[in-house]
Amino acid sequence: MQTEGSYDLATGAGLIACPRCDALHLERELQPGETARCIRCGGVLASPRAGAFTRIIALSFTSLVLMLGAVFFPFLEISRMGFGNQTSLFGVAMAFSHGALIPLTVALLATIVGLPMLRAILLVYTLSPLSRGRRPFAHAVPAFRLSEKLRPWSMAEIFVIGTAVALVKVGGLATISFGPAFWAFCALILVNAASNAFTSSATIWDAIEDAGMATDGREIITDLRR
Amino acid sequence: MSGAPDDAPVLTAHRAGLIGCRACGRVWPQTETTCARCNSDLVPPDRRCLNAVWAWLTAGFIFYLPANLFPMLKTSTLGGLAGNTESTILGGVVELLHYGNYGVAAIIFLASIMVPVGKFIAIAWLARVAGRPATVRQAHRRLHLYEVVEFIGRWSMIDVFVVAILSALVQLGFVASIHPGPAAVSFALSVAFTMLSAQSFDPRLIWRGLPLRSRKD
Repeated sequence: MQTEGSYDLATGAGLIACPRCDALHLERELQPGETARCIRCGGVLASPRAGAFTRIIALSFTSLVLMLGAVFFPFLEISRMGFGNQTSLFGVAMAFSHGALIPLTVALLATIVGLPMLRAILLVYTLSPLSRGRRPFAHAVPAFRLSEKLRPWSMAEIFVIGTAVALVKVGGLATISFGPAFWAFCALILVNAASNAFTSSATIWDAIEDAGMATDGREIITDLRR
Repeated sequence: MSGAPDDAPVLTAHRAGLIGCRACGRVWPQTETTCARCNSDLVPPDRRCLNAVWAWLTAGFIFYLPANLFPMLKTSTLGGLAGNTESTILGGVVELLHYGNYGVAAIIFLASIMVPVGKFIAIAWLARVAGRPATVRQAHRRLHLYEVVEFIGRWSMIDVFVVAILSALVQLGFVASIHPGPAAVSFALSVAFTMLSAQSFDPRLIWRGLPLRSRKD
């Protein structure tokens, strides 16, 4: 039954609408570890995890360090018949730096390096005051909104699969050795996946709204269908 | 009611005369135009979003054609003595099959041909049937299709990354060198435009055509 919390059907206070199917739910405070799913489409509405904010900050810093390593160390090395070549991540992006392909260089640098780093910085900026129960910094709202908008465009994990495919393609032609940047990038994927698993955007929005104070008991959702 | 049957009518924000924020889920009166919590624009779940869906989808399709017609990779071995080859997307797949790399050929075929074509068909179908009457089961199926399209779209970029890595790495002067072809740009644009098309689609439209009350009442 939808009894908990108070709500107002005229102003929408205390209510939550599923972004996928528009079904209305009452806000209710969730315990860490609980997952609220939409009663109609089953999509996850919120899934707070204990200590998630601190962990996301730690993981974001880790991914920044790994990304710096991935950018500056050699990425892959190839040799055949005494001819050799080694490339860094920048080298990969610069592959398109001839003529009409230049815009693709920018797009590649952005999707592989720029956006993942920007997202990590934005998450640290948004969450570092919240994790200590303080008010969010100025412009935390646009910062987190930008971070959520950029989520589908940061393609580091797709790049790693692309690397694997390229290596198989070139495998018969020459000898390949991996540089430190390759391993840094692989680690980066795992770190990003862990960070995404801890991120529940509804919970973060609510923490921003409550300005880091202990929540007021009308967090999210009614019907926890299990 | 917890444990309600799947086809029980559900109160939506739209039916309650409210408007839900697609970015953060907060609910506001229908007179509001921006969400005061996350600053996003509040958009009612109506067919207006379909204009953007069709526009991006058309742009994506237009760029997908040259992506298949022009070469993706230009390879020259032994200074051109052993031949210069230009391979299109499909040509590259055939070449991989020829060398027995069935797994990689399957990945490239899936990511560069099956997924984009499937996406065009899926988005076009979703946009055509959006807002039309549907049963609850059909709506669930449509939402599932939408989620698959949204998830899988970015993975088509694999082929562009492969081209970039190959042409950065295989620069062995006389022995072998690989250069990117013009198809790489148009393929990347096609993927980006179809991603935008999928993002413009409002999945709440899928549920608008459901009967207000289930038949049994």
